[in-house]
Amino acid sequence: MRTIFYIVRKEFKQIFRNKSMLPIIFIMPFLQLIILSNAATFEIKNVNFNVLDLDRSSLSFKLMEKFEASPYFIRSDGELSVNNVEEEILNDKAKLVIVIPENFEKDLVRENKAEVQLLINAIDGSAAGIIANYAQNILIGFNIEARINMINMYDPVRTPSIGISYRHLFNPELDYITFMVPGITALLVTLIGLLLSSMSIVKEKEIGTIEQINVTPIRKHELIIGKLIPFFIIALFELGLGLSIGKLLFNIPIVGSIWLIFLFASLYLIVALSIGLVISTFTDTQQQAMFITWFIMVIFILMSGLFTPIQSMPMWAQRITWFNPVAYFIDVMRMVMLKGSGFADIQRHFIILSIYAVISTSYAVFRYKKVN
Amino acid sequence: MNDLIINTENLTKKFGNFTACDNISFNVKKGEIFGFLGANGAGKTTAIRMLCGLSQPTSGHATIAGYDIYKDTEKIKLNIGYMSQKFSLYEDLTVKENIEFYGGIYRLPSKEIRERSKKLIGELGLESVQNKLIGSLPLGWKQKLAFSVAVFHTQKVVFLDEPTGGVDPVTRRQFWELIYKAADEGISVFVTTHYMDEAEYCGRISMMVDGRIAAMGTPKELKGSFNVGSMYDVFLHLARGTK
Repeated sequence: MRTIFYIVRKEFKQIFRNKSMLPIIFIMPFLQLIILSNAATFEIKNVNFNVLDLDRSSLSFKLMEKFEASPYFIRSDGELSVNNVEEEILNDKAKLVIVIPENFEKDLVRENKAEVQLLINAIDGSAAGIIANYAQNILIGFNIEARINMINMYDPVRTPSIGISYRHLFNPELDYITFMVPGITALLVTLIGLLLSSMSIVKEKEIGTIEQINVTPIRKHELIIGKLIPFFIIALFELGLGLSIGKLLFNIPIVGSIWLIFLFASLYLIVALSIGLVISTFTDTQQQAMFITWFIMVIFILMSGLFTPIQSMPMWAQRITWFNPVAYFIDVMRMVMLKGSGFADIQRHFIILSIYAVISTSYAVFRYKKVN
Repeated sequence: MNDLIINTENLTKKFGNFTACDNISFNVKKGEIFGFLGANGAGKTTAIRMLCGLSQPTSGHATIAGYDIYKDTEKIKLNIGYMSQKFSLYEDLTVKENIEFYGGIYRLPSKEIRERSKKLIGELGLESVQNKLIGSLPLGWKQKLAFSVAVFHTQKVVFLDEPTGGVDPVTRRQFWELIYKAADEGISVFVTTHYMDEAEYCGRISMMVDGRIAAMGTPKELKGSFNVGSMYDVFLHLARGTK
């Protein structure tokens, strides 16, 4: 025990003397949380649109007004003619162009059926999908209104219709920051657990002190525990910092138990730290360790559901995420923070990550050979 | 207990088909300075690694301070000091912190660490820099400190693997004074070196050629048996025989 204490003390001294370490620990969380959670949003606002109105009727004006009144759309300047519709999109003046054909009103009134054309810039496919969705909603609303008005002109009896109202649970305002902050905090914990821990052990190899350590009576497990405890503590500190920033700066609620978050984070860190340890046994320099860790982290992060929902990945990719500890951690962070899930709800995550922890620590200890 | 601090019999280490150490047998007495000489790749480092418990021998026997190198590696580690070719103190810790750390992991009581580190810093004349980071000290001071840290916890034996590489002659001289002092206190010193003038300082020498011990004895005996005037000529004579 005393040996571990001496190693931990030495590690802490070295970490805090490392000039690049302090900014990583204290400044990076702020930057990541503030910049990433504000920038990484799928919500689309202020989409420029324009209308080519070939009908110039009262109904086509009404439809235009509907779009103009929407908070998502801004009408761009300039009149469109048949000739410059494509130009408008090519020059990026409008992301959406609505073409209202001639006889729009006439067709709608007489034949009960009319068509409009939507031209959407689809370079960014998912954005185009969202724009189309917004536009469709406006058109549906317009459609219903138009029908009711027309029918009522002939038949004073009110037409029955189903109104749909939405209530978004757990994130009622669909605030993207609320969704991102738990995930990015999980990312911070991962970065400390995986990258810094693996580099710290490789550093001893690189400067040759590991040789000296190996001839001392320090036992394998003492060195490993002593080296990893400081990063365990710093990562949990980072988690606390992330949660505080989320609470104080973004007013993100922590509905569930904060202790449950820390408990799960501790389990998660055992996995992350042992993966870092395994990486350090495969590499000889900090540079190699950094490259390998980045490679693994990029895959872990992209497959974690942080930016893109796991449910919308193809099945084979979803299967891969079953082996991704980051995915479990982010999921639990969101569940506990936003939904207030209790231990029973995240039991499955706990069991899977525990198995992961047993496997990864045993493999790390097996890999870390003192005698060669 | 007997006076043989290191005793090896037919110690052999093979890496695949290559035999790095071939049946080496020697012994080192208490307080003796034993020089281990040989060209690069002759097997010196392999031998030292086996004796320190970093590498398992393929065959043969050896005891260090009475402990068997197969069975009692942990006990051996408590009783030996080791200084490698690479500088092995932490550059981002201070003089005092390095001493405390190594004292701590060798399980010395805190009080003893404090007293002995104070004495050591005094002897080395490092009082003014004791709270400076090691990285800021000149190489000569670092090497002397590394040696002192290597023997900080032990009274038995210290292994020095080319300890004076890259050090100027004056500092080397001072370094050897530290070695003599340790030997006077009864610590056996096992030292590998490339410098033939250093070989003359050793009590006894073994010359390794291609993994085998080609000659062993006091510097005087060796010079006499090859009928040459210096250790340098002895080395050339033996090393040439291999090519």
